[in-house]
Amino acid sequence: MTETLLRTPLYDSHVQFGARMVEFAGWEMPVQFRGIVEEHVHTRTACAVFDVSHMGRLKLTGPDCEPFLDWICTRNLRDAEVGRSYYSHICREDGGILDDVIVSRFEDRWGVVCNASNREKIIEWLRSHLGGRNVEIADETRSTAMVACQGPRTLELAREIAGTDLSGMKRYHFTVRPLGTVSIAIYRCGYTGEDGVEVVLPAGLTALLIPKLLGTPESPHPVICPAGLGARDTLRIEAAMPLYGHELSEDWDSLSAGQGWCVDLDKEFIGAEAMRKVQAAGVPRRLVGLELDGRRIARQHARVFFGGSPVGEITSGTLSPTLGMSIAMAFVPAEHATPGGAVEVEIGGKLIPATVVKLPFYKRPQSR
Amino acid sequence: MKAPIDRRYAETHEWFLQDDDIVTLGITQFAADELTDITYVELPEVGRKVSVGDAVGEVESVKATSEIFTSVAGVIVEANVALADHPELINDDAFEEGWIAKIKVESPEALRSLMTAKEYSTFLRG
Repeated sequence: MTETLLRTPLYDSHVQFGARMVEFAGWEMPVQFRGIVEEHVHTRTACAVFDVSHMGRLKLTGPDCEPFLDWICTRNLRDAEVGRSYYSHICREDGGILDDVIVSRFEDRWGVVCNASNREKIIEWLRSHLGGRNVEIADETRSTAMVACQGPRTLELAREIAGTDLSGMKRYHFTVRPLGTVSIAIYRCGYTGEDGVEVVLPAGLTALLIPKLLGTPESPHPVICPAGLGARDTLRIEAAMPLYGHELSEDWDSLSAGQGWCVDLDKEFIGAEAMRKVQAAGVPRRLVGLELDGRRIARQHARVFFGGSPVGEITSGTLSPTLGMSIAMAFVPAEHATPGGAVEVEIGGKLIPATVVKLPFYKRPQSR
Repeated sequence: MKAPIDRRYAETHEWFLQDDDIVTLGITQFAADELTDITYVELPEVGRKVSVGDAVGEVESVKATSEIFTSVAGVIVEANVALADHPELINDDAFEEGWIAKIKVESPEALRSLMTAKEYSTFLRG
């Protein structure tokens, strides 16, 4: 393959800060700077900056956006409020999950953030399901950047650096701040289980923003450090946040993927009929947490055993830096989903004892 | 990427240092960096007879699992038990503290077919 990898507006900064770059969904992205575990711990205790510009950012305008997105998404968006973001799935008629997205309602438009790996598929899906509705879809992925600042000290640092107080803004709310002739959107969202914000800004403004957040390689910011996709993955596993291609795929519907909370079966949407049938027949499997004995990591597709027979499959696993133990998520039948239950996970030809636990593995301390 | 010149290298990123009839085996700093933070090392059993190309253990990181292959034949005489509690020794010092196993070899020229440090560096750039 000689396909050229895409680079985000933060590419030069990553290289300057010593990132190890890898290919991810067609993009050249930093997997780590100083080390995955170090960046993970830093995010849990202070503040880390992640480049998430590779994720797809779509802008929808036109009078029919609300009914259109409500028809496309599993989440009820009919009551969507301006200034709020909604986690949702986009599914096929048979319920198969095409992607998980964040839908945000602005005053004059809607925003959809989708996975980098699914961007083209989702744009095509939206365009081909317009059905004559008056909706314009624009892909703003390349013209903007998206930076996630995550960690318990994020809001304090936002006050210090930008003089902006975000503490009154609830999670999954956002605000738009004008900056000269352009604007910056700040979302109180994240994919780490920590408090924090995600900032979407014009690509050309990153050269101004990054030195304010990170300093320079010679004189780095005393608190904020850059972090890569490696830490992003271990953080989201501890927080039990699903990742497309692991917990979510076209092979299963949202209910069977353990994400029924983002599905409203009382409304009509693409995939609703199929999911009502799943609901009526009984959701065939559950997403559970597992704590494994020892230090070995259960990888995706590793088999889960009970009484010598395979009963399920691992979706994600890691050695949790926060808990100091091997954790994993897995799909198992309902009868093996009770917390405290014992199962085994096949790693390297051996069966490793594991205990079923409630998700998430990690919850940030409240009210700080 | 620096590679010590006192030893030889395999394309699968292990290093081999021979002292008389004992060959010490480890993975290179390049391999350790590629794996990222190492969380677990499956060590070979002492006393096990190994042939060229055998997998003698595994290194695991938060990112990936990778087998360790031997390019020399012989008998495992020692494994670095410090790695059981401190697998990060490989990230910190892959060429010294992070050694993995010692193999007693019969051939005094066991390493002859392997890459020199210079060849390995060229191989990495390749």
